[in-house]
This record gives sequence, structure tokens and C-alpha cells, in this order.
Amino acid sequence: MKPVGFALLPGPGELWVRRGIVSYIGLLVLVPFSVLVFVAFQDGLGAFWERITSDVALSAVGLTLWTGLLVGVLNAFFGTLTAWVLFRYPLPLKPLVSAVVDLPLSIPTLVAGVMLSILYGPASLLGQKFSALGIDIIFAKPGIILALLLVTLPFVVRAVEPVLEEVDPAEEEAAVVLGASPWRAFRTVYFPAIYPAVISGSLRSLGRAMGEFGSIVIVAGNIPQETLTAPVYIFGEIESGHPATAASVGSLLLFIALALHGIARIAEKRVGGRHAQA
Amino acid sequence: MSIRVEHLRKRFGSFQAVDDVSFEVESGSLVALLGPSGSGKSTILRILAGLESPDSGSVWFDGEEATHVHARSRAIGFVFQHYALFRHLTVAENVGFGLLVRNVDPKTRAERTEQLLELVGLGGLGGRYPSQLSGGQRQRVALARALAPEPRLLLLDEPFGAVDAKVREELRQWLRRLHDEVGVTSIFVTHDQDEAFSVSDRVLIINHGKLEQSGTPAEILDEPRTEFVARFVGDVNVFTAQMDKGIAKVGALQTPAQSGPSDGQVQLVVRSYDLKFFREDPGVATVERVVPLGDRVRVHATLDGAGSLVAQFPRRSSLLRGIEAGARIQVEVTYARTYPLESGRNSAP
Amino acid sequence: MHKLEALPALRPSASVRPLKDDKLRAPSPLTRIVLSGLVLGYLGLVLLGPLSALLVEIAEIGFGVALSKLVDTTALLALKNSILLLLITMVVNGVVGALGGIVLVRHRFPGRALVSALCDLPLAVSPVMIGLSFLLLIGKGGVLSPLLEAINIKLVFTFWGLVLGTLFVTLPYSIREVSYVLEELGTDEEEAATTLGASPWQTFWKVTLPNIRIALGYGVLMAMARSLGEFGAVLVLGGSISGQTQTATTFIHDSIEERNLDAAYGMSLLLAVFSSGLLFILERLKKRQAKTQKRAHGPSKQTA
Repeated sequence: MKPVGFALLPGPGELWVRRGIVSYIGLLVLVPFSVLVFVAFQDGLGAFWERITSDVALSAVGLTLWTGLLVGVLNAFFGTLTAWVLFRYPLPLKPLVSAVVDLPLSIPTLVAGVMLSILYGPASLLGQKFSALGIDIIFAKPGIILALLLVTLPFVVRAVEPVLEEVDPAEEEAAVVLGASPWRAFRTVYFPAIYPAVISGSLRSLGRAMGEFGSIVIVAGNIPQETLTAPVYIFGEIESGHPATAASVGSLLLFIALALHGIARIAEKRVGGRHAQA
Repeated sequence: MSIRVEHLRKRFGSFQAVDDVSFEVESGSLVALLGPSGSGKSTILRILAGLESPDSGSVWFDGEEATHVHARSRAIGFVFQHYALFRHLTVAENVGFGLLVRNVDPKTRAERTEQLLELVGLGGLGGRYPSQLSGGQRQRVALARALAPEPRLLLLDEPFGAVDAKVREELRQWLRRLHDEVGVTSIFVTHDQDEAFSVSDRVLIINHGKLEQSGTPAEILDEPRTEFVARFVGDVNVFTAQMDKGIAKVGALQTPAQSGPSDGQVQLVVRSYDLKFFREDPGVATVERVVPLGDRVRVHATLDGAGSLVAQFPRRSSLLRGIEAGARIQVEVTYARTYPLESGRNSAP
Repeated sequence: MHKLEALPALRPSASVRPLKDDKLRAPSPLTRIVLSGLVLGYLGLVLLGPLSALLVEIAEIGFGVALSKLVDTTALLALKNSILLLLITMVVNGVVGALGGIVLVRHRFPGRALVSALCDLPLAVSPVMIGLSFLLLIGKGGVLSPLLEAINIKLVFTFWGLVLGTLFVTLPYSIREVSYVLEELGTDEEEAATTLGASPWQTFWKVTLPNIRIALGYGVLMAMARSLGEFGAVLVLGGSISGQTQTATTFIHDSIEERNLDAAYGMSLLLAVFSSGLLFILERLKKRQAKTQKRAHGPSKQTA
């Protein structure tokens, strides 16, 4: 019931501020993306369909989707586990570990790619050990997955951590006093609280993974139908002068991203709802 | 400053928060807006402050229309329910804020701030931050801050809602004294009838966005105009009674009743302290429980053919002689009021 | 009235098993060690290992040698571009974050939800697509290119192309942080300032801004970190023309392509160090924010 909009009760000055902000965001985001979608469809639906169903495009989008989904799932597991361990267990150098988890937020993804190729590249000690076992990491799919895991590392951890801290420890104590095992207590007390955050965090990592470019360019090798992801494919099409193809695949990714974004927003609302109750 | 409010209405979505409310407040008085939560009383206060604009109706200050005057130009002081102190400013800076934005020179500002802090009993705490104060102290800073620009009208939204019971009582008495000292017209919102009656000159009772009754505390307590008011301002028994030539009949009990219709079915409202019990067999009721409550005793009884009945007596009252669980009693009603059946049936507090 | 006799008698029932002692104990040390080990192992595999590998590699080359490769005209020009972009990001996102947050949270106007969603969009799409969209709008043969040519403005493959791409990808950070805090704060303090006679701008400078400054700083630093690390959008929009539109990240990319690994590692080191510095400040700000929030919410329940 609380009315808002008071602090800057729109007088003439505030109205200009609002117009400025709205046009800035509109011009910066809405106009370019509208053009992207326009170019994708200006030759008709058939042309759009043809461009996104070429073998190379299909395999690039497919690769991006399945690696993204895998990374989302792995993040849901390891992210929750990391948040839980950081929240609950005494860990040597905990503040340091906690800060390190945030590092991918600030480190350039290109540099992340460079790091991975140094550690796991064909010239490195580890890389040679693995290729002796017949496993290539860099310039192969495992490298893509590692890179995506690195750049999306903080997403689930940071979504889950604050929710864990808001759970009333008395709830867990109540469960334990009633005879629940630690695993059972986690499942009945903490899990219901954090699962919207886990879903929202892992959807965000999926979204991020589907758009990742900097690190992939370095580690993937970009072999068509092999390790060429959709963003790299789009970049290639721009470079080779096929903007319409780039725009078509780009629009497809944009639609998928919008859908994911919508789902993540709904999940976040549910997290917000729990916060309000607490 | 005198205030007149005419036909105020305000709707939030499908919720009618204020519904055709009109009243006047005399200059220099201390008035309470009393009602259950969600009754619209805070909205009325916010409309007076200019923090909310009414859908229709008008607000007049000293005979001048102020409905569309911006909040910052109304020269009112507003004390928020949760204080709303500026957390990044010291106590002194908080109090001096209204003077600062009016470009009062620093020397006068410092003097007035110091004066006000003395007035509210917080002299010497000017350098602290709000987070370093207790709830009661914050409340007083909020008051000093609202008083600093010498407002014509002081509005307080549930001023003592967020402090504990003991501090609340102290603050009430203090607010009354402060009001008498400063003399500024003040209106405060509360859902606590004790607070409204013990502090204010006049009480306006609000329910479902409507003004139910306005008057002095004594008027409202003695002559509640509606069943809602009767229920809200006291510990009452409510029965559906049959009226017959001014006599109300409820089960085995018969009593003359003031006000209301004189025939047909009515709501009979009897306050718990307007009853007398005498031990008598067969009588009209059976005592169920006797509950001592400090200086008073509450007696629960069952009235034959009408259900439960609650009465209160002073602890050492002679009326309590022989009153114990299981005893049969005669009941005498010293004062009762009746209301038409349909009025405020769904508005029990 | 309830009668006590009417309540069902509480008797130990056969269906309730007595607790085993160990169920009341904290998780066993084994669980703890296994879970902690799993997490540390994962962090090592994905993040710490690669990070140390970069440091070891550069140590082998020699930190001095790697960094000395950066004392070179192209590298310095790339760095200059990155620093300029960093500063522009800071200023623009500082202003847009504070005002945009207020507009989106406090104002009510048609289309607010759409604008708010647009704000988040750059987080959800690939920077390459952001670059592509601008290319299609203002690039050669783009929708606006006749107009731009007529007034003789060139944006793509110039520094201003870099600016556009960077501002797009960094748009959400400060607005999101500020919006979140504004929503938490509520409007009480701003209303109090207004009833005390403050004008909207006085309220903004004296009440709103001090309350959001940590969040604003946090958001702007996140945006700066992102601008420094941005690669896809500036590559597409700037074209990474050496000495002109190359930035620190595209310099690394080009150096790797040219097998000039020492320079690539040197620049990577520089960026990693700088972004770790930013991260350090970010962590400090986060703690301060948590503390002020605790201070604002916590003791308000206590009484005299």
C-alpha cells in the first residue's frame, strides 16, 4: 500500500531526468536489438529458417545449448555444495577461498581462457598426461566446459549464500531435536529455502554460458561442427561478411536468452517472496 | 492552526482507504485518530501532510485551501512510525535538517538544535548516530526534528508503536506535557484506545475509511454512537436482544436500555464494568471462572439462554462476595446501550 | 471452553522410535572432510589451478620480461584505450546508476517494467550479439548508415564504437545495485526530508545519495571490471585495429594469434592483477554494505 515516487515527485526537473534515462536505455538496448531481429527476418521466415538450419549453424547452436545445460547442472551441484561448505564448515583460509570464488566476476574472460590453455594446453605437463590417455582438453569439448565452468563459477554460490544465512538456525535445531539426521535436516530445512536460488543461479549460468565468447575463442579451437560454439560462429559470419546469417542465429539466441531470463525472474520472485516472509 | 477536512476520499486500486471523511480540528488541540489497523487513519494523516493526494475532497489550514499545496511547503512536522531518522547524519544534523534546507545560518541552527535536544531530554547526545540510540531516544529525536522548523501542525503516525510498553507509557505523558508546553496543533494516529484516551483532547474514531464518531474521550466512552465504537472502546458483552417498550430481553435477563430503537430485535451492548453480580439461587446465570488480573477481577459466567457473559470488578469489591465457580447468580445491568441489528455487524475489533 | 479431559492423552506410542545418539551429533568429521575436499578440489581444477598456472608460466619467463613486452607503442595504445574506456564507464555508469535507479524504483510511468527488463538484457546475451546489433544499426550498410554518412560521423571501427559497446555491456551493474538498495530503504527518509521542507534535489543530495553511495560504488566498480575485461563487443565494434581500436583484451587475443606469447601473458598478468585489486575493493564494499544494513535494521527493535 506504500506509495512510491515521492522523493522525486515529478516536477519539471525530474521529468527531464526520467526522459533522459528512458531514452538512454532505449537507444542503447532496444534499438540495436530491434535492428538485429529486423535484419534476421527481413528476407522472410523461410530465409531465416534456412540460415539457422544449416549444418554448421545447427551444430554450433546445439553445442552451445548442451554445454550450457551441462554447465548449468554442474553449477547447481557444485555451486550449492561450495556455498554450503563456505557457510557451514571451518575451512583453512576461508575468507581467501570466499574471495577467490568471486574472482571470475572481475577477471577478463579472455584471461580465464589464457589460464586454462596454459594449464591444460597440449604443450603443458597436464595436457600431455591427458593426451597420453587419449583425452584432449584444449581445442576440444572438455576445454569448452572447463572455460564455461570457470566464468560461471560465482553465479550459484552467490545466489545461494545469502539465502542460507537467512534461514533461522532454530529451524534446523528443531529438526534435529525431532530426530532428523543431518542430511534429512538439510533436506527439510535448507533445501526448500534455497532451491529457487539454485534454479535462478543455474539459469543465469546457463544464460552466461550460451553467450560466452572471450574464453571460448582461446580454448575451443573453433573447428566447425566440432568445437565451434554459436557466439563464435556468429563472429565468424560477421567477419566473413554474412550479417544476415549472423543476425538470424543471433536472434535465435536472443529468444532463448529472453525465455531463460523470464524463467530466472520468476524464480527470483519466489526467492524474494521467502525473504519477505522471513 | 485550525484544520478543516471536507469529504476526503482515497482509493488504492480496489481498496477504499478513506471514504467521505470530514472533520475539524481546533487550533492548539491534541487530537487522536483512533481505529483498527487498515482503517485508513494513516492515509488521512498522510493526506494532511501532503504525502498523499486525495481522490476528492479538500483540506483547509486556517481557512485556506491546502489540498494541492506540496508537502514541503505545508510547514507541518511529521513523525514517522519507524522514526525515519537519516541514518548517515548525527542526531544534531537530523534535528537541524529542516533549518539547513531553509538556509538558516549555522549559528542560529546550532542554538535551536541544542535547545530542542534539551527540550526532549537528549542534551549532549547531538554527536551520536541514530543507530547508537535506543528506540525511545530515537522517537524523541524524531519529534525534535519535526519541531525544529516550527511547524504549524504536528502529525504523528503511531508515534509509540515501536517502543515497549513501559517506555510507551512514559512517552505518552511526556508528549502531553510537551504539547502543553509548545502548544502546536497536533494530530496523532493510534490503534491503542488507552493511548488515544489518556493523551488527547479529542478522539476521532475511524473504521473502514469512515469517521464513526468524534468527541472528547468522555463523550465517546459514555455515549458510543455505533456498535463498532462501543465494541472498540471497551471490554463489552454483545447480545441480540428483543426490545419491548424500552426493556431489552436477553435469555433470562431483562434490562432497561438507553438509546436505539425501542421495539424489535436489537444489538444490546453492555460493558463489562456496567454489571453487578449477586449470589442468588435460582438466579439467571452460573459463574464459570474467576480470574484475578492485578487490581481487577474478571468473572466469566453463562447467562441462561444467552451464552457467556464477562464482568469486571475492583479486586476488593464487596460485589465479589460469594462469587466462585459454579455459583448461581442474579445479574443487574447498570448501563446498557442498544443499536440497530445491521449496524457494524462485521466490524468487531 | 476447552476441558482438559477432552484432550487426547499423550502417551509414548510404539510408532515413535527412540532416537539413536549419533543422530543428534553434528555431521561426522568424515562428511565434513569429504565435502570440503570436494569443493577445494573443484575450485582447484576450475579456477585455482589455471590461475597458478598463469603465474608459474609468467614466473618462468620472468615477470620483468613479460611486463617489459608491454613497453611498446601498440601495447601502450591498447592500454590507453582500455583506461579511457574504464574512466568513461565510471562516469557514465555513476550518473546513470544513481538517476536510473531512482527513476526505475521511485517513479511510476507507463513502460517502466519494459525499461527495467531492458536494463537486465545485456547480462543475458552474448557480447558478440551486442556488437553485431550495433554493427547492423550504425555499421557499413546499417540502418542508420546513410544518416551517419550524411553528417560525416563514423562510429564503427573508431574509439566511439568501443565506447558504445562498453556502455551497453556495463549498463546493468550500477542500476541493479542501486535499485536493490533503494527498494530495501523504502521511502520513509525521503518523505521525512520532504516534510521538513527539502526540495527534490536537496533530498537527492542529502538523503538519497548518501544512502546509496556504497551500492553505487559497488555497481560502478563491477561495471569497470566488466569494461576492462570486455572482449566480444569491442572486437566486433572496434575491429581491433592495432594502434587505433585495440584494447588490452583484444591485444591479448591478437598477440596469441601472432604467437607473441610473452606479451599476451604480460598483459594477462596486468589485467589479472588489476581486476584482483578491483575485487579486493568490491569485497570490502560488500562487507561495509552488510554492516550498514545491519546497523539500520538490527538495533531498531531494542528499546530504552
